[in-house]
Amino acid sequence: MKGVALLPDTASTFAQQVDLLFWFLTAVTVFFTLLIAALVLYFAYRYRRGSTASRAGAKETDLRLEIGWSMIPLTIGLIVFVWAAKLYADAYGPPPDNALEIFVIGKQWMWHLQHPNGIRENNELHIPAGRPVKLTMISQDVIHSFFVPAFRIKRDVLPGKYNTVWFTPTKPGKYHLFCAEYCGTQHSRMIGWVYVMEPAEYEKWLASGGEARPGALASGAGTMAGVPTASLVQAGEQLYKQLRCNACHGAADGQRGPSHYGLFGKKVKLRDGTVVVADEAYIRESILRPLAKVVDGYEPIMPSYEGLLDEERTLQLVAYIKSLKKPLQTAEVKP
Amino acid sequence: MSVAVAKPGEVKHNYLNAGDTVLSWLLTTDHKRIAVLYLVSVTLFFAVGGLLALLIRLELLTPQGDLMTSENYNRVFTMHGVVMIFLFLIPAIPAVLGNFLVPLMVGARDLAFPRLNLASWYVYMAGGLIATWAMVNGGVDTGWTFYPPYSSSYSTSQVTLTIIGAFLIGFSSIFTGINFIVTIHKMRAPGLTWFRLPLFIWAHYATSVIIVLGTPVVAITLLLVAVERVFRLGIFDPALGGDPILFQHLFWFYSHPAVYIMILPAMGVISEVVACFSRKRVFGYHFVAFSSVAIAVIGFLVWGHHMFTTGQSVYAGMVFSLLSFLVAVPSAVKVFNWTATMYKGHIEFRAPMLYVMGFLGLFVIGGLTGLFLASLATDIHLQDTYFVVAHFHYIMVGGTIFGYLAGLHFWWPKMTGRMYPEGIAKLAALIIFAGFNLTFLPQFVLGYLGMPRRYHWYPEEWQMLHVMSSAGAALLGIGYILPIFYLLWSLRNGAIAGPNPWGATGLEWKTDSPPITHNFEETPIVTEEPYAYENHHHQEEVASGTGASAAEG
Repeated sequence: MKGVALLPDTASTFAQQVDLLFWFLTAVTVFFTLLIAALVLYFAYRYRRGSTASRAGAKETDLRLEIGWSMIPLTIGLIVFVWAAKLYADAYGPPPDNALEIFVIGKQWMWHLQHPNGIRENNELHIPAGRPVKLTMISQDVIHSFFVPAFRIKRDVLPGKYNTVWFTPTKPGKYHLFCAEYCGTQHSRMIGWVYVMEPAEYEKWLASGGEARPGALASGAGTMAGVPTASLVQAGEQLYKQLRCNACHGAADGQRGPSHYGLFGKKVKLRDGTVVVADEAYIRESILRPLAKVVDGYEPIMPSYEGLLDEERTLQLVAYIKSLKKPLQTAEVKP
Repeated sequence: MSVAVAKPGEVKHNYLNAGDTVLSWLLTTDHKRIAVLYLVSVTLFFAVGGLLALLIRLELLTPQGDLMTSENYNRVFTMHGVVMIFLFLIPAIPAVLGNFLVPLMVGARDLAFPRLNLASWYVYMAGGLIATWAMVNGGVDTGWTFYPPYSSSYSTSQVTLTIIGAFLIGFSSIFTGINFIVTIHKMRAPGLTWFRLPLFIWAHYATSVIIVLGTPVVAITLLLVAVERVFRLGIFDPALGGDPILFQHLFWFYSHPAVYIMILPAMGVISEVVACFSRKRVFGYHFVAFSSVAIAVIGFLVWGHHMFTTGQSVYAGMVFSLLSFLVAVPSAVKVFNWTATMYKGHIEFRAPMLYVMGFLGLFVIGGLTGLFLASLATDIHLQDTYFVVAHFHYIMVGGTIFGYLAGLHFWWPKMTGRMYPEGIAKLAALIIFAGFNLTFLPQFVLGYLGMPRRYHWYPEEWQMLHVMSSAGAALLGIGYILPIFYLLWSLRNGAIAGPNPWGATGLEWKTDSPPITHNFEETPIVTEEPYAYENHHHQEEVASGTGASAAEG
């Protein structure tokens, strides 16, 4: 047996906030458990059969008591509800603008992570302390769940749909990464490590293409970080040209297809009159299932790329399309 | 006279000796015999589920998955869940105690549809045997929740067969639910108004409504998984154009209320036992009765709290969270009322009462730890960890099984005509209480540390807590084995119980133990409020051996 853990690491701003709520709830639990246990034991002793304690004035019901012990749990519940809902809306809401964007692909039974500059990692994630990190995640097969206990962060990784979550790591160190949603035979081996690094160290790591491994980073579970040949956006641009997306989607809205420049984050009106925001999920869906949401003014003529692109290449395309800004810019723009 | 004391050597006529051929049992339509059939069957399945749990705890003694392969471990925990939930927890109290007691408590000769009742047992056994067959022929590895697309497109285990088994078992619950609803509405004895009903009946009424409304949904949902699996029809798998989250909505629409199907009947038992051994009317009768109804209604609106991390909209999450805090209130009201029932009572420490006291403590912990999971932010961290595992075992074991054991001991004299041995029964209750806490308290800590559920391997630093949990499971196992022995022993050697050994109120105590086939010699007429313990004096009743009902005869 190696060590005994009783408290988890606390390594993100969210973890500190969640812990406060956790310990408040623990105090409530301990208080009421002791209260009921004490009353049960005290009554059981004092009013045991044959004891001489007075039973005069025993009641069958009491409206004030009933209202009282309905209102107390209700009030505590409402306080906790509001407290927790606020934190939840933060963690699953939009991240700060300066967030570092990492793409996560889950598959049976490994984690594949991609940095914007093209570094790829398997079952290991290197991030700097103090900067918000946004994860955009998708699964290639069944449902997984990205779980880092030290950050108190978990988000299911679904097939067919991007899910996002963000957090700000605070403390450099090495933390468990787990798959929390049962995903088949090797579910308990779909694990890895998250390395939170000092910003300077992280820069060195980035510059070396993920080669500079501080400390004893060689872990059996992880494989070597892939040496980047091109950033995510560059890879996406190459693919974009190769698939001849630009034949229909030009610099300006064309006859056959709308332009992708300035698309990301914009509101798009569809043929059926509804309006959607062009986020990652929308762009991905429009590549793989173009007929699901056809832009107003266009015919449903785009072929589907489902089955032709895996999640990794879809991600590259999405990253490239996201990077296309208005007015006309060259593709070298980094996101 | 319904309760004449048997003369020495004279064998009295009752439901047990009404026929002793195998066929007389297999073709019986007597609700009491069907209850016994269910008692034997759920006990067998409980033993299977318990052995599977023991295998899980043995494997987790060490961090490396070294006792069995991951494939087998996944099958073992899946089947532990399937067997315990579908074959034990859901039917245990309604189909055994409910079947036996609902007609007796309302003063009826039988349930409204006796043949439907027998059919329910056959359907249950058919489902149970198909599930067992699937288990023996390779087992199933999806978790009891059958989440697609893993279950529909990836698992290579016996998913379809297990689903057919679960589908059938669902129908046996529906049959029982319909029978209870109709019986409680139409067959109450003269004078037995709704607010004179025992709270056991209120709880079973609420349970039956949930069963009848919820079970068809899960039955169809599981069937859709089988359809996707067999015919590759895209329903839940995104690769086929389906939506995996749709499954979770449909599944939990039943499976969260199913938690209340499992716990409400236990709450009914607690009300009966706490009143009897405190010799007092249940405090706040109307509040306890209506809290069962409130749980049944609100319980249908909280299913989304199983899905806070799935990516459902933040606002949907908030609505489900708020409703989950609301559903906690009626449960809290019940606990406070039971505790207040003991105040100024005359408390007698019999084994059923020990289970009730255990229930109160454990159910409070189970309920309050539920708040951690209803609360959105803490659920992000705790979802799918051992914290959840510990929480629902506090409800399902600390709640349902403690209630079931309380009820089984309390009505054992009524069912068999014999008393169980009190001393060893109390010892077993204490062992179960200690073993249970040792097993599951460490799991709360493991969950907070981040140990995900359904893990075959785990990090070494958590071994200590796992060892504690496994030690507790061994103790718990001993506690469960004891009643099997002493209850069987009591069938021949227990003291003769007489009609009302506890001096309890309620119509079931006004007939023989064991009751005659038609329950009552003549239809009872109810003239008093429920739990009118102030009108009944235990000592006199025991002395006369017949008590109040003798006066009626």
